Amino acid sequence: MERVTREQVAMMPIEFKLNGQTVVGRPDELIIETARRHGISIPHLCYTRTLRPDGNCRACVVEVKGERALAPSCCRFPTQGMEVTTDSARALASQKMVLELLLADMPEHEYTLNNKVDVWARNLKVGKPRFKSRVQPKADLSHPAMAVNLDACIQCTRCVRACREEQVNDVIGYAGRGDHSKIVFDFDDPMGESTCVACGECVQACPTGALMPARDAGLQAIDKQVDSVCPFCGVGCLLTYHVKENKIQFVTGKDGPSNHGRLCVKGRYGFDYAHHPHRLTKPLIRKEGVGKSADFVVDPGNWSGVFREASWEEALELAASGLKRIKDKDPYALAGFGSAKGSNEEAYLFQKLVRTGFGTNNVDHCTRLCHASSVAALMEGINSGAVSNQVNDVQNAEVIFLIGANPTSNHPVAATWMKNAAKNGVKLIVADPRRNELARHATQFLQFKPDTDVALLNAMIHSIIAEDLVDKKFIADRTSGFEALKENAKNFSPEKMAPVCGVPAQTIREVARLYATSKASMILWGMGISQHVHGTDNARCLIALTLMTGQIGRPGTGLHPLRGQNNVQGASDSGLIPMVFPDYQRVDHPDANQRFEKLWGMALDKKPGLTVVEIMNAAYDGSIRGMYIMGENPAMSDPDLEHARTAMARLEHLVVQDIFLTETAYLADVVLPATAWPEKEGTVTNTDRMVQLGRRALKAPGEAREDLWIIVELAKRLGLSWNYSHPREVFDEMRSCMDSIKGITWERLERDSSVTYPCENEGDPGQPVVFQTHFPTATGRAKFVPADLIGAAERPDRDYPMVLITGRQLEHWHTGAITRRSGVLDAIEPEPVASLHPLDLAALGAKPGELVTVESRRGKIALYARADDGTPRGAVFIPFCYYEAAANELTNPALDPFGKIPEFKYCAVRVTRGGQRPGDPGYGKGRTLGELYG
Amino acid sequence: MKRKVRPRPKGRTADPQALEDVRALLGDAPRRRDLLIEHLHRINDRYGYLSAAHLAALAEEMRLALAEVYEVATFYHHFEVVKEGEAPPPALTVRVCDSIACDLAGAQSLLQNLAFGKEVRVIAAPCVGRCEVAPCVVVGQNPVGNASVAAVKAAVDQKQLKCPEPEYVDYAQYRKHGGYGLIADCLAGKRTREEITKIMEDSGLRGLGGAGFPAGRKWRIVAAEPEPRLMALNIDEGEPGTFKDRWYLERDPHRFLEGMLVAAWCAGVGEIYIYLRDEYAGCRAVLEKELLKLKKDPPCALPPIHVRRGAGAYICGEESAMIESIEGKRGMPRLRPPYVAQVGLFNRPTLEHNLETVYWVRQIVERGAAWFAGHGRNGRKGLRSFSVSGRVKQPGVHLAPAGITVRELIDEYCGGMLDGHQFYAYLPGGASGGILPAAKGDVPLDFDTLQPYGSFIGSAAVVILSQRDSAAAAAANLMKFFHEESCGKCTPCRVGTAKALALMGESKWNQPLLGELSQAMMDASICGLGQAAPNPALTVMKYFPQEVQ
Repeated sequence: MERVTREQVAMMPIEFKLNGQTVVGRPDELIIETARRHGISIPHLCYTRTLRPDGNCRACVVEVKGERALAPSCCRFPTQGMEVTTDSARALASQKMVLELLLADMPEHEYTLNNKVDVWARNLKVGKPRFKSRVQPKADLSHPAMAVNLDACIQCTRCVRACREEQVNDVIGYAGRGDHSKIVFDFDDPMGESTCVACGECVQACPTGALMPARDAGLQAIDKQVDSVCPFCGVGCLLTYHVKENKIQFVTGKDGPSNHGRLCVKGRYGFDYAHHPHRLTKPLIRKEGVGKSADFVVDPGNWSGVFREASWEEALELAASGLKRIKDKDPYALAGFGSAKGSNEEAYLFQKLVRTGFGTNNVDHCTRLCHASSVAALMEGINSGAVSNQVNDVQNAEVIFLIGANPTSNHPVAATWMKNAAKNGVKLIVADPRRNELARHATQFLQFKPDTDVALLNAMIHSIIAEDLVDKKFIADRTSGFEALKENAKNFSPEKMAPVCGVPAQTIREVARLYATSKASMILWGMGISQHVHGTDNARCLIALTLMTGQIGRPGTGLHPLRGQNNVQGASDSGLIPMVFPDYQRVDHPDANQRFEKLWGMALDKKPGLTVVEIMNAAYDGSIRGMYIMGENPAMSDPDLEHARTAMARLEHLVVQDIFLTETAYLADVVLPATAWPEKEGTVTNTDRMVQLGRRALKAPGEAREDLWIIVELAKRLGLSWNYSHPREVFDEMRSCMDSIKGITWERLERDSSVTYPCENEGDPGQPVVFQTHFPTATGRAKFVPADLIGAAERPDRDYPMVLITGRQLEHWHTGAITRRSGVLDAIEPEPVASLHPLDLAALGAKPGELVTVESRRGKIALYARADDGTPRGAVFIPFCYYEAAANELTNPALDPFGKIPEFKYCAVRVTRGGQRPGDPGYGKGRTLGELYG
Repeated sequence: MKRKVRPRPKGRTADPQALEDVRALLGDAPRRRDLLIEHLHRINDRYGYLSAAHLAALAEEMRLALAEVYEVATFYHHFEVVKEGEAPPPALTVRVCDSIACDLAGAQSLLQNLAFGKEVRVIAAPCVGRCEVAPCVVVGQNPVGNASVAAVKAAVDQKQLKCPEPEYVDYAQYRKHGGYGLIADCLAGKRTREEITKIMEDSGLRGLGGAGFPAGRKWRIVAAEPEPRLMALNIDEGEPGTFKDRWYLERDPHRFLEGMLVAAWCAGVGEIYIYLRDEYAGCRAVLEKELLKLKKDPPCALPPIHVRRGAGAYICGEESAMIESIEGKRGMPRLRPPYVAQVGLFNRPTLEHNLETVYWVRQIVERGAAWFAGHGRNGRKGLRSFSVSGRVKQPGVHLAPAGITVRELIDEYCGGMLDGHQFYAYLPGGASGGILPAAKGDVPLDFDTLQPYGSFIGSAAVVILSQRDSAAAAAANLMKFFHEESCGKCTPCRVGTAKALALMGESKWNQPLLGELSQAMMDASICGLGQAAPNPALTVMKYFPQEVQ
């Protein structure tokens, strides 16, 4: 007979007595939870299911027979035969006394409509407290997002646990002693001057209103709550909009599979851009005779010199006829940029419009600028561009290897899972030329020299082969081409590569060993890997690492390129790529071509289209003459902006669909006012392959229309007989041509909000971990592709001695069009900054906060210096979201030959002290709060 | 709310000069999290305070968050955090103990009359563990016993700031008289763990820190837990009125160390941590010196032994709070279960002992279980070290039979009451054990005998009050102590001690409310501090109602 294990016995249901009734509980279910299941409510304040129970408030104490003192039901597990009473006179007396003590110290003024102390005191009929109040502390209103009113604080430390254990932002502490104990930020600094990153998890955790959204948002009576998805990065946090009178008052995190209630500053506080006065509310048509040039100055608040308002009918007619006129002469002279910020359904219809309405494959989007090289390498190696494992699978890993990514800024909630894992003993290896916040949590931090990724990674590959740490069986059973990799790796000993990449050989070996020998190692990477002319090679090395060690195809081990925008995965899946139809079916493959010709009922072009930068070059040359751009801002996001803007200015006909008059829209002939994310319905797919449903929370302003409607209306005017009236219908069509999501129904999305693909049959749970038995290649095997050292296209020299690294910062997203119009985000990061090492700054003779001028062969900008010793010597980091000091005026448009991605992460610049104050783009600069709230 | 451009990353960043200072001070010491308090001491010792700049630098150097460093630094009394724009403390601090024994002996008048100008500050301090020479004033680290204004002034003027080294049995002497023979025998296979553990059980030796858990049984429990197991020695003797651990450590440190090693061996412990309260600077010098000798010339194989220094927090005498403090954190008690024996220091099974408990091990083994158990009075068994203070002629540590009554103790061991004083009331167990009237002077003093009277013996700190004293004033003094020493974790203790203190400050106590509050504090507080804090008030209302009506 088989015997049960000790662990199994320990987890078997048990019977115990709860208020005299025998109930069935579990040894791992807290008494308070068993009670809740049985309809018995026990007062509690410091306890919340999402945080580690701390048992400090003692409002939930219960009587356990045979024990001297009362026990906190939020921290105690039942045992067989235990007798628990939650409502005995003795238990109630303590519960009530705890509430009375806390109530005595509550302020007169409420900060929330739902103060849990009041709620429980009312429930238990605790009257007016008989104790004198404490001396109350002063309010701290130093932060634009949150109000700190510690007179309502009950020291329950939920905020501390939220900040330190959940988000691991490590800002809040519990300082002092006894009744002087106090919630503090850093060194008891004002919140607004602390290291707080404003994730707002503390506000969400606070039961009394001591921490609340600023400007009394928490005191508003809410009309409705709408569950949706965050509109920003690729993590895809689920959230809830709290709406009153068609305005979002505040946002809370929802328990989604990628975020479990967590949000970051953008998701929680970056919602009010939808209400910004700059919103486009009527179609605009360029005034006759108003020319276009690259050196325009945007004034989105006063566009009437350039545009005139028009009716939808006129605008759509003009938009379509302009495109049609060019198409009739040369369909290859048209191109479209879809958006990774729109829904899957919009992306699908957009590419369908280009492929069937324009008749070419000239359709692309910003994935080209972020992970095109990663996708190229992944498609080549394993024929799948998506992640093998989801981010929070890092908790099942033994080693996390994070390279070329700054997730605390760019994927903040994903970063929390990594920090949680590191706190639980998972070894985190961070490799990046810039030291980021995660480095503090890392077992090893490799600050390698910019541009030397392949040197570092090949040295790891070399050392794994040299020490015979390869997984021979995996290589034999599931891969091809290892011999070539092995041969190539011979040239890259750690000793030889150490001086190249700046990481000691010994460290490289240690890290290689850690990675190769762990039970499960996850690789995650970002644009530090992809945005190089050798971006594909960088990714090839990462893929090789996983294949040679068999670190893929199991929980906790695999590959994860962190996707940058909320629907960059979905937009790619949906076919916003010039070489492939939806689901990565190649346009030049006869089977795929026929499949879509049949589905869409017309002949399709078999020639892959042009990519983003190629389209810009073609526009510059005059071979692309007309464009339809939806929700993208290439006049800010493309490299070498002077060139890109000139290219767009040269277009004969440009149609731009957006919610603001962006820098790109300024060059348009027709501007179509679209809807912000909370104003529409649709699905988006996050970095984890989760298809998630966004729901409509707001009515769009003025005559702004849903993007889907606009695409359909344009399509009709381009001669297509479309009649989609709801995203559901589009999604159903997508399911018919995309096997990966075939099993996902709209009804299920409405019910579950989130479904992971591959999900091929209805009812399938979805596969969080893929490639468990084979790779989706023709042979089922993955392919090794060796990489050689290729230098950056432009190296520093005497004239331009420093390296420019561009990227994003926590508060601002992509080109800043929406985040700089969000009150809180703009208030936290109002002005353009360039981060330099303090010693480099000193060498320039400049003080932190002073103006510096950064100049490359392509352009020159002036902005404020930030001293940051995480920036390596000899480098300057600039976020690309500031129009008045646009980093992309400097960047080099040199492309990776495979992914066609520009080298945003490396070009030569000269930095000098001083410069002209950056101009005013008409938005941002720290005034958005005032514009939104008066 | 227009905001300016930020010249640096968010929040404080480490200043390069401060970082250099901290690196120089820390040298090649490990930067492990559990050494945070040790490292704070280094900075505090060197500069006399902890500047915000040094704290930020320490955080960076130890790869800790700013808040993690700040919350620990501000938890302990002996750390002086000085932020930008605040004045650093004067170079010299004079601490006047104002806990119960010193309070009775005139601490308040010292506090009022001691003044030295800007260079020296005078502050009140909780019990410094020298109640036999009350009132005690600590000048720098120099304890001035039976302090007068003149004596303190002399110490300040002559810069006598160090604790004089006591006379004690040193390593050589201890070895000469057979010391470390027992542990050597144990390791040489001449003794068995079972045999020694059995002797402990038979002797009836119980934990002498206050909880009274049978020592032998504790060893068995810990030995049954999975390896690696750790041991933590509690010398955070902070219970007002208690000074026996210091007494023994100052006289015969190796007897304690050998007992500790034997206990560790019996419980299969691989590593030992000794936690010593910061107030015992003299003891620390002795302990460090003698441990060094022991390690240099070991009588047998020794497990790693670490000394960790407290930083001024009564709560760290609570076993789980002490463990948190050894781990470099704020001394906040943990919830139990799980028990320390199962999940203790660094989450390992941990044998925790009070100094005195293991101090007796060698003697009990050498003289036999029956010797120890043979002592006792009034039906009780064993010996107790009573720390006696207050209005008696010979205060001090008196080794007496368990079960002795307080009247017998005063008469037979303490030379009677001070002239002019009549026995009025007594504290049988320090601040926590309540206050009993002279009428209850014939109750045997031992574990379990005082419960019926709403009282307990705890660490056997007996404070004698006379007709010149007020039980209510004593209770208020004790509540003030608990209020200041509450860690701040749980509501009944954090808020309860504050509200109780306010109620007890009234000339006429609101007895029903104080009673209700007391009950909740006893029932719902996490640890013994909050649970026992109402004892003085409750016993005063019960036995001295005339004082509070």
